[in-house]
Amino acid sequence: MRIGAVPRAEARAGLLLVSPFAVLLAAFLLLPLAYALWMSLHRSTLVTGSVFAGADNYLQALRDPEFARGAGRVVLYGLVQTPILIGLALFAALVTDATVSRVSKMFRMAMFAPYAVPGVIGALMWGFLYSPSLGPLTGAAEAIGLGRPDFTGKDLVFASIVNVSTWQWVGYNMIVLYSALQAVPGDLCEAATIDGAGAVRIAVRIKTPMIRSAIVMATVFTVIGTLQLFVEPFMLQPFNPGTITDSYVPNLYAYSQAFSYQRYEYSAALSFALGAIVFVCSYAFLLVTRRRSVTR
Amino acid sequence: MRANLRRAARARTPDLLMVAMAGYVLLPFWWMIVAATKDNEALFASAPLWFSGRFSLWSNLAELLARDDGVFGTWIANTVLYSAVSGVGATAVSVCAGYAFAVLRFPFRRILFALLLGLVMIPGTALVLPTYLLLSKIGLTDTIWAVILPSLLNPFGVYLMRVYAEDAVPEEMLEAARIDGAGELRILRSIALPVMRPAVVTVLLFSVVATWNNFFLPLVMLSDSRLFPLTVGMNSWYRAAVTGTGGETLFNLVVVGSVVAVLPLVVAFGVLQRHWRSGLTAGSLRG
Repeated sequence: MRIGAVPRAEARAGLLLVSPFAVLLAAFLLLPLAYALWMSLHRSTLVTGSVFAGADNYLQALRDPEFARGAGRVVLYGLVQTPILIGLALFAALVTDATVSRVSKMFRMAMFAPYAVPGVIGALMWGFLYSPSLGPLTGAAEAIGLGRPDFTGKDLVFASIVNVSTWQWVGYNMIVLYSALQAVPGDLCEAATIDGAGAVRIAVRIKTPMIRSAIVMATVFTVIGTLQLFVEPFMLQPFNPGTITDSYVPNLYAYSQAFSYQRYEYSAALSFALGAIVFVCSYAFLLVTRRRSVTR
Repeated sequence: MRANLRRAARARTPDLLMVAMAGYVLLPFWWMIVAATKDNEALFASAPLWFSGRFSLWSNLAELLARDDGVFGTWIANTVLYSAVSGVGATAVSVCAGYAFAVLRFPFRRILFALLLGLVMIPGTALVLPTYLLLSKIGLTDTIWAVILPSLLNPFGVYLMRVYAEDAVPEEMLEAARIDGAGELRILRSIALPVMRPAVVTVLLFSVVATWNNFFLPLVMLSDSRLFPLTVGMNSWYRAAVTGTGGETLFNLVVVGSVVAVLPLVVAFGVLQRHWRSGLTAGSLRG
């Protein structure tokens, strides 16, 4: 046998084993994307049926003030939510990493619990907690002299959504970062302690830089997730449909265009437009972090 | 003396911080458990964070199971079915493909894996509407397949299995088995699979949870309420309760139903700690 030649049995087994995955990839990823792209380039009316429309749907999306507002909102949400979530997760991970106690162990279990809760149920629970007649939050705010805040009203709904996602995801990100912290060599921290560095200093100056790549990855996935925002506004919507409109975020807009108005072509175009925004944002973030690490 | 006190106070600070954060995270759970023991009247009339009125947990559960000809039981059965089939299926697909990527040489290997790495980044939600459009074209929407088949695709599971198989499967043993004339599939089954078991459990756990918690996909795909999983079913009751279109109050059912929907996973995660931890460690290493 020639060196480097692949035995036929091995190649056949490889193709066989990878084929279910390849078929699924084609059927539920490439094909849907291609079909939706094709649809987004068409337009249908009762009279003409489906006709090729070129970039019309996309041009309409660009000029659509509802889409622009939703897209702006979701980008702002990403800018607010990501630092809060990653910052809090990192803080929690550093605290639990620096302490060895029963409290610390139970803390990690407790923080991870929301990850086991379906997003819908989590958002629904918070919907009830925000409700003035069912939940404790309005009463608590009143008791400390803040009046009766309307958590799903115009002024607070954005913060309320940020809170729900923070609750849902902080523990997951904490555990991811905590796992990365476990790999930081212990003698490094010991040496710093002998040199007189305190726990806070060690956490900020040694541990955090050591898990930089884990933080970057967690941030990228958070950015991608935040721009896809759907469940939280969708579940808080019934409490205040006037504020959380059908176009509150792009995903909600695409959903309602498809299922409330049967405008599938436009909905497909909106989905791709959102995909483009997600791509640009996550790519920009990676570019920025990479450049920074080069200049250092 | 005072310095000692101050030092003691400083040593407590991390514990206090952790208790405060855990309190925030656990508050909704506490509210829900308390609320599940109240009837509709007490839900609205009593202090939200403490027990009050008649202890109604059992009657709430009975009402939950009886409502709409026992549709809640159907939702549970559906959720179990979707999670089990998708979880096992996605894991099997991931094991086969991950193993092949890790140890076998075959045509298109590089391009397929490059494709996979790019696709790990695409969030599931972004694919739901396109998949719906395609499946409705071939009349597959509003069937159980519309929920199960797309859930079988788990690029991250494949990636995880590849990373794990690369480290865990001993090259020399593969060679020895080949020289002994064992077929490739036999090698996978009797040599690779046993050492890959921890990663298999991790991928299975995450796939089951992903399907159990999935909402957007079944929400879009299904309109027949007898096919709903728990998430979509609870959403329909919740909307009826909040907007008042249900005609009567469903709040106690939504609350107690949520407890039932959440409980199995919280318990499963508690029991299977070791496995999700190793999965998350791999997750933090990706990229």
